Amino acid sequence: MSGTATRLRELRDSGRAALVGYLPLGYPDVAGSVEAAKAMVDAGVDIVELGVPYTDPVMDGPTIQRAVEHALETGTRVAQVFGAVEQIAATGAPVLVMTYWNPVLRYGVDAFARDLAAAGGAGLITPDLIPDEGADWLAASDAHDLDRVFLVAPSSTTERLALTAAASRGFVYAASTMGVTGARATVGAQAARLVADTRAAGAELVCVGVGVSTPDQAAEVAGYADGVIVGSALVRTLLDAPDAASGRRALGDLAAALAEGVTGARR
Amino acid sequence: MTEAGPRGGARASDALHRAVSALGERGPLSDQSGPYFGAFGGRFVPEALIAALDELDTAYHKALADPAFGAELERLHRTYTGRPSPLTEVPRFAAHVGQGARVFLKREDLNHTGSHKINNVLGQALLVKRMGKKRVIAETGAGQHGVATATAAALLDLDCTVYMGEEDTRRQALNVARMRLLGAEVVPVTIGSRTLKDAINEALRDWVANVETTHYLLGTVTGPHPFPEMVRDFHRVIGEEARAQLAEETGRLPDAVAACVGGGSNAMGIFSAFLDEPTVRLFGFEAGGEGVETGRHAARFSGGAPGVLHGARSYLLQDQDGQTRPTHSVSAGLDYPSVGPAHAWLHDLGRAEYQPVTDVEAMDAFSLLCRTEGIIPAIESAHALAGALRLGPQSAQWGLDHPPLILVNLSGRGDKDVATAGAWFGLLDETEDE
Repeated sequence: MSGTATRLRELRDSGRAALVGYLPLGYPDVAGSVEAAKAMVDAGVDIVELGVPYTDPVMDGPTIQRAVEHALETGTRVAQVFGAVEQIAATGAPVLVMTYWNPVLRYGVDAFARDLAAAGGAGLITPDLIPDEGADWLAASDAHDLDRVFLVAPSSTTERLALTAAASRGFVYAASTMGVTGARATVGAQAARLVADTRAAGAELVCVGVGVSTPDQAAEVAGYADGVIVGSALVRTLLDAPDAASGRRALGDLAAALAEGVTGARR
Repeated sequence: MTEAGPRGGARASDALHRAVSALGERGPLSDQSGPYFGAFGGRFVPEALIAALDELDTAYHKALADPAFGAELERLHRTYTGRPSPLTEVPRFAAHVGQGARVFLKREDLNHTGSHKINNVLGQALLVKRMGKKRVIAETGAGQHGVATATAAALLDLDCTVYMGEEDTRRQALNVARMRLLGAEVVPVTIGSRTLKDAINEALRDWVANVETTHYLLGTVTGPHPFPEMVRDFHRVIGEEARAQLAEETGRLPDAVAACVGGGSNAMGIFSAFLDEPTVRLFGFEAGGEGVETGRHAARFSGGAPGVLHGARSYLLQDQDGQTRPTHSVSAGLDYPSVGPAHAWLHDLGRAEYQPVTDVEAMDAFSLLCRTEGIIPAIESAHALAGALRLGPQSAQWGLDHPPLILVNLSGRGDKDVATAGAWFGLLDETEDE
């Protein structure tokens, strides 16, 4: 039973898409990232994506790189993710952990799954793990009843869309555009096409991320996807703030505006 | 299978025989194809790149089957690279190796652009033309691969962007100018440790965004499939030539082959001709930096553990959390936290042996080759020379009935390293003091 999918279906049945908000663990510090995630949920984020800081984040643009670099420089440890998940999950929002693969390999794939499940985490989003390389994770996520969110991209072939849809649980993460995370002026038309193609390839639930930063863009994406994933724009509010408290306020304001965009979208 | 004897001594040769013959059942070691080399390799990359990797794999295998491709590459190597590169015996250097050893250097330093890198670059650049792409991107540490890529891009009319850590653009300012002279755009990378690893991250980010028009011309036998297999194949020419040249000079196979190992492309190129010869010992020398015990090194096999970086599973310098550890070497080209997956496989099989060589050992060997043979090697290659100096005494344990015959891959020349060496040996004017 996927907690994430259940939430996405509830929202779909109530006539709207979900807002998925990303923040990295450890920015401005571990406790501060937990507080920020809770503030985001209070402001209307439905599902939290908590990023594990990693030294070589090849799918991330400058905004997230900067926050993650700070998190590592100030000593954030991978194992702290479980306590943070537990605290954020207490809000009732499903919490997915976004992580590059090596920290999980190093921790032990099954041990990571076990500890994430024990903390009440919903599952993992894995930007540099394709299902073809994920046999250990497929087994561990089955054993511990976790969601496994794999990505598809505009370059994915029909065969790969089907393979990825079949391997995913919770939802399929559709990267709106070819490129790394970060704000873009427009969300390309290819995102809508990718969502349609991914559904046609067998995915029930598809959320769109990469390059979504404004309430208007969120509303547009909410018109055709099951969820709208926003990361860099939210992280930027924290990076640009003079202190943690005003960062949380700015984060809450943007999250609320994005939520309004998502809920106001015509489906 | 018979009982394994103790490692070392005359039995080492038996162990090698067994390693080679056990693998022979799965075909020659030299013909292993990706994506996996034993437990290593794979494609740990964003889904967005998979289509391009498949396209590359298909284009590569079509090209291999097309005699016109091989002929064009051969023609370029003969008329442009300057192949075959010579094989030079170095008796005055060999006197320092001891045991009456004969030492031969495979002179990749004499290739156009100054290193073995051009072998792979021309191969991939011809593939880029066949795939109809107009732009190449590359990473570079010391600048050798960047210069080779900028060169091929000029020759074959391709747009070229080279990513280089900001730290390295300062250390290798001359190579930055060379690349710009050749028409390439050089982008200093200002995030992370600002070295080779971060240049690769940035190149991967560029590739994800521009993959339809752009080829990532990766410079070594690391990365996602098909790079480890393809780059090895483009460097096979090193081993094939050396084997034939050595046979002509001595009528024999070498007893040992020595190469430096950063990502591992020059080593894989020269090893590939000898992998299935059980009497030939293969040695890879990685950067021991200030000593493995200091933590300031790039010795993946001595100080690392299996992990995933830049698309492949291999040995990796990482901390307890799986974060990539900072590396150090006097040689920018060996200053990389991971290593080609096929090397990890050969290591675990026991088919090749990997040893760390410190900065001091490498610089001593660098100086020795300069003074005994009139050849200024790249500091990377000086690690292989230092290794050869170590193999002399070790060879007494090999049970040979003749003085050892050692083949060293001199993968690059040291022009780029003159400033570093000048400072190291105190040969520069006081006014150039940092």
